[in-house]
Amino acid sequence: MAIEHADVLRAAHLARLGIDDADATRYVGDLSRILEMVDALQGVDTEGVAPLAHPLDATQPLRADEAIEPDRREAFQACAPSVSQGYYLVPRVVE
Amino acid sequence: MHDLTLAKIAQGLAKGEFSSRELTQHFLERIEKYDSRFNSFITVTGERALTRADAADTQRAAGQAGILSGVPLAYKDIFCTEDIRTSCGSKMLDNFKAPYNATVVEKLELAGTVNLGKTNMDEFAMGSSNETSFYGPVRNPWNTDLVPGGSSGGSAAAVAAGLAPAALGTDTGGSIRQPAAFCGITGLKPTYGRVSRYGMIAYASSLDQGGPMARSAEDCALLLNAMAGHDPRDSTSVSRAVPDYTQSLDAPLKGLKIGLPREYFGDGLDEGVERAVREAIAVYESLGASVIDVSLPHTQHAVPAYYVIAPAEASSNLSRYDGVRFGHRCDDPQDLMDLYKRSRAEAFGEEVKRRILIGTHTLSEGFFDAYYKKAQQVRRLIRQDFLDAFEKVDVLMGPAAPTTAFALGNKADPVQMYLQDIYTIAINLAGIPGISVPAGFHEGSPVGLQILGPHFGEAHLLNVAHQYQQATDWHTRQPDLP
Repeated sequence: MAIEHADVLRAAHLARLGIDDADATRYVGDLSRILEMVDALQGVDTEGVAPLAHPLDATQPLRADEAIEPDRREAFQACAPSVSQGYYLVPRVVE
Repeated sequence: MHDLTLAKIAQGLAKGEFSSRELTQHFLERIEKYDSRFNSFITVTGERALTRADAADTQRAAGQAGILSGVPLAYKDIFCTEDIRTSCGSKMLDNFKAPYNATVVEKLELAGTVNLGKTNMDEFAMGSSNETSFYGPVRNPWNTDLVPGGSSGGSAAAVAAGLAPAALGTDTGGSIRQPAAFCGITGLKPTYGRVSRYGMIAYASSLDQGGPMARSAEDCALLLNAMAGHDPRDSTSVSRAVPDYTQSLDAPLKGLKIGLPREYFGDGLDEGVERAVREAIAVYESLGASVIDVSLPHTQHAVPAYYVIAPAEASSNLSRYDGVRFGHRCDDPQDLMDLYKRSRAEAFGEEVKRRILIGTHTLSEGFFDAYYKKAQQVRRLIRQDFLDAFEKVDVLMGPAAPTTAFALGNKADPVQMYLQDIYTIAINLAGIPGISVPAGFHEGSPVGLQILGPHFGEAHLLNVAHQYQQATDWHTRQPDLP
């Protein structure tokens, strides 16, 4: 399956990755070659084969719904670009 | 001291031949003297290391030293280290000091090891040559015109150059084994789930696994003893007893059944690499092993399946870098969308962007079944190939990479670079363990023999690798550093 200029821009938007038209043109070439290689999978007979998400077929273990981690907000916010009074600051979202 | 194995270092410390401070100082001096040539470290934690070394010496004087007490090592900069920059080779995390330790770091610190610093790597572990690092490429200590392999290229180069006796790496598609092969050291990728991934920055979560990179299989066994085990903080880590990996190293190999996957000796394999690998296999025959041909019929589909699954998981994992909670933020964002888009565009490198775009595209509406689901189905077939093979043989052997180390800048085309991992990638998809062992040289560059075992077969793999290292001395070779 080929990838078009519009597909690249759409993926970039979904991934919140700022790219311009010229970038997108370059990526069309790179990504097309990657997808061309990946397209070989279409020829593999996978009729009735269950997808494998985890190499050991493990299931997610459950634990009691109890808080086990201490509150370390200050330590975690020490590496944030912008915080105030315990909150993360971002540009205004609602006018 | 820099040519000693960890096992010898541990003995020397125990006998009082040298202190941890002397040892640590020695490696720090070597880093200072030589690393400008190789660029294998991103951050050197000298002062902290000497403090830790003194603490280990004090502990030893009090009779409380464990086997790894006072032993220096280095961490790929993907492992979170508390209060120390953890960059993952990216501008995105250039300013990130991890607020906690990865579980393996915690375990190795508890064992008394001394952290020399954080090693260079391909950005977010995406690469096979260590050329995608924000901090510049690493150079191969055997020949600085060549790459060290990747993504754990800094760890491999540091150990090969004797700047650290051992280092930790991670392996998502070959990132421990291929650089170990290119740099002439021993590197083990354990079974998926054997080692906790907590605090190991995620690339492709169903494939990532941390492991030891060292001068010998015995050293890898010593490190894996301290690293392995279930971690309640990693829901994919496996609850299963950890054997003492050093106990079985000396078991004789008589009767060992080695399978040679014919797909690993086909087109594209460099003649010099094949010759070295076949000579290594002949050594095993002389040790009493028998060799049979086997087939892993889905081998050719491993690279394509990987380049759906890994980027898909990466696109999801890397969505956390949003310029809000940590990492790079662009200047003067207009609005929230601009903040996200510009922060990410400014701080991710080309290869990371490519993989985020591929992953986002293949997971998006209308494409999911054709790509992601199909790749997961093929993944099951690939795993089944290995399960079938291990019904007939104890281990599989082949090359770790199709060539020896290539020149910097030699593989500009991404697909060319991806095909470099043709012999390592299937192992991550299947979740089985693999080790690369130095097996000679071709035109001055090291060749790695790859040995594969069934799930949780690390003890046997280490035994098989160790016996080869008792019969050969390739693993003791070090590059001359004038």
